[in-house]
Amino acid sequence: MSITVSNISKSYKSVKALENISFNVKEGELFGLIGPDGAGKTTLFRILTTLLIANEGTATVADFDVVLDYKKIRNNVGYMPGKFSLYQDLTVEENLNFFATIFGTTIEENYDLIKEIYVQIEPFKDRRAGKLSGGMKQKLALCCALIHKPKVLFLDEPTTGVDPVSRKEFWDMLKRLQQKGITILVSTPYMDEAALCDRIALIQDGKILQIDTPQAIVKHYPKKIYNVRADNTYQLIKSLKTYEYNHSVYPFGEFVHYTDRRADFNPKDLIQFLESNNLSNVEIEKTVATIEDTFMELAK
Amino acid sequence: MKRFIGFIKKEFYHIFRDKRSLFILFGMPIAQIMLFGFAITNEINNVDIAVLDHSKGATTTEIINKISASKYFSISQFINKESDIETIFKKGKVKAVLNFEKGFSKNLIKDHKATIQIITDATDPNTANTVSNYVNAILQQYQKELNKDIAITYQIVPQTRMVYNPELKSVYMFVPGVMTIILMLVSAMMTSISITREKELGTMEILLVSPIKPIQVIVGKVFPYIFLSIINATVIVLLSIFIFKMPVQGSLILLGFESVLFIITALALGILISTISATQQTAMMISLMGLMLPVILLSGFIFPISSMPLPLQIISNIIPAKWFIIIIKGIMLKGVGLQYLWKETLILIGMTIFYIGLSVKKYKIRLE
Repeated sequence: MSITVSNISKSYKSVKALENISFNVKEGELFGLIGPDGAGKTTLFRILTTLLIANEGTATVADFDVVLDYKKIRNNVGYMPGKFSLYQDLTVEENLNFFATIFGTTIEENYDLIKEIYVQIEPFKDRRAGKLSGGMKQKLALCCALIHKPKVLFLDEPTTGVDPVSRKEFWDMLKRLQQKGITILVSTPYMDEAALCDRIALIQDGKILQIDTPQAIVKHYPKKIYNVRADNTYQLIKSLKTYEYNHSVYPFGEFVHYTDRRADFNPKDLIQFLESNNLSNVEIEKTVATIEDTFMELAK
Repeated sequence: MKRFIGFIKKEFYHIFRDKRSLFILFGMPIAQIMLFGFAITNEINNVDIAVLDHSKGATTTEIINKISASKYFSISQFINKESDIETIFKKGKVKAVLNFEKGFSKNLIKDHKATIQIITDATDPNTANTVSNYVNAILQQYQKELNKDIAITYQIVPQTRMVYNPELKSVYMFVPGVMTIILMLVSAMMTSISITREKELGTMEILLVSPIKPIQVIVGKVFPYIFLSIINATVIVLLSIFIFKMPVQGSLILLGFESVLFIITALALGILISTISATQQTAMMISLMGLMLPVILLSGFIFPISSMPLPLQIISNIIPAKWFIIIIKGIMLKGVGLQYLWKETLILIGMTIFYIGLSVKKYKIRLE
């Protein structure tokens, strides 16, 4: 096991940030922590990267205890905090060089590991890190976290505030790194990124709601789910919420995801109801649940 | 070692790319020493005084001439009645009025006794005091000239000699003070800011999750500032020697050694401040309020410690600047060596060890 977390709890003064969290991450796995802001993801990362000490429970990273062997962990992991944490007044190359040096290595030594990412930012290597775009910053931060060939990589919300194209590129890179045998623990508030992980843990209010592969999580969604659309989405949501049999109503892109409480639900009833509420062009079709739906259902 | 060098290199990049800190580092020492050396001075020069001469005799004219001939005073006007004194002070330009009694010259010759009143504007007590002392001195001198042919028995003639600074130049007093302030400011404030900046920007988080040791971070932070502070100290000493003609009576090597010691004390204080403050702003406030003010007020730089109330005198002992000022005054002005300054030196060394020990103990290897 690359990461084991057993019964970890952590509270700050009066706030319980983590409550009895347990999970394992296998070697070479891409494991996602999925949850909204304030769910406790960053706290968990800080405990695993030896920056914080849990109130209860134990954890190991690369077979080292996070409290007793913290120095060994610090030699063997790469950490990319949620906030951009490189030296803004140093250039791209200087940043990379600096992190290589303090980990006792050189850029050349591990160049093959970062090559694919670094070639994208290499044209800007003399630019100060503070002047890079969001996506570039994240790529540089990833390079810096990787430069010493860590066994385990911790990425705390690496794609927050990054444009969709860069986000996709970033996840492609993570996949490739995984193939090189690096265990990756990544957190994200974006549900669409969850599907790209091997396994995910849904986390909210410091508790883990479910741990499984993204496919299994979706498959176990207990209800039939429908895409509903009409000309006026706002009115549609309002009307659906007043429908006496509704189980859940969530906007989802141009559609509204709807589940019904009855087992023998007939969509035609709903169309009738909506049309009687002055909605036009109402369409209903069955769809498959996404991780977001599961999350919403579990978080209910 | 490679790690350490890499870290120091990074620190130099930070310093040389931040215009604000570069200005504090190199602009401030020169600006301060010039300000204190030229503009801020305790000496009096060309003070305007007025004369109310009721006697208008030969003696008074002679005295007035003597006074206006000195570089300290210039007689700006003559007034005719007592009521003008108040008016003239209210205007503010004239700092003193000499009031010769009626028949001054006559009385002096006839009775061997005459009175002159010196009225000074004591809104600035220091100036008032100095002015009255200087006028007195000139009168004494004149009196002596008058008496030189007459033998008077039982006369006490005090012969005052001001040693170490015979001309009472205030720059002699300011240079050690300014040097202390600048070394304190640069060393303590800059290091505390540079460490807290890492915390504030989140880079400390990455540094912690890396094999670099706390001691390497601390020494790496401090090292560039030792180097830069030594340059600063050298610049200040050179400026004071060549521009203000300040003598260095003692050994330059000892002066250098003591300066490095004080720089390290200040740096240790800076590290200590950084371990207890979370943001650059807090670090700056603590450095300014907690270090600068005591250095200026309680170190004996401007206000003599011996005339402070006892509690403040006791507090002044824990201020490193006090001991450093004693040391540099000793070396520069008195030319004394380590045999006279070992006590102060030991105190500084002790303080440094204490601060470093405390900061290593307080240095957090985690985030909380």
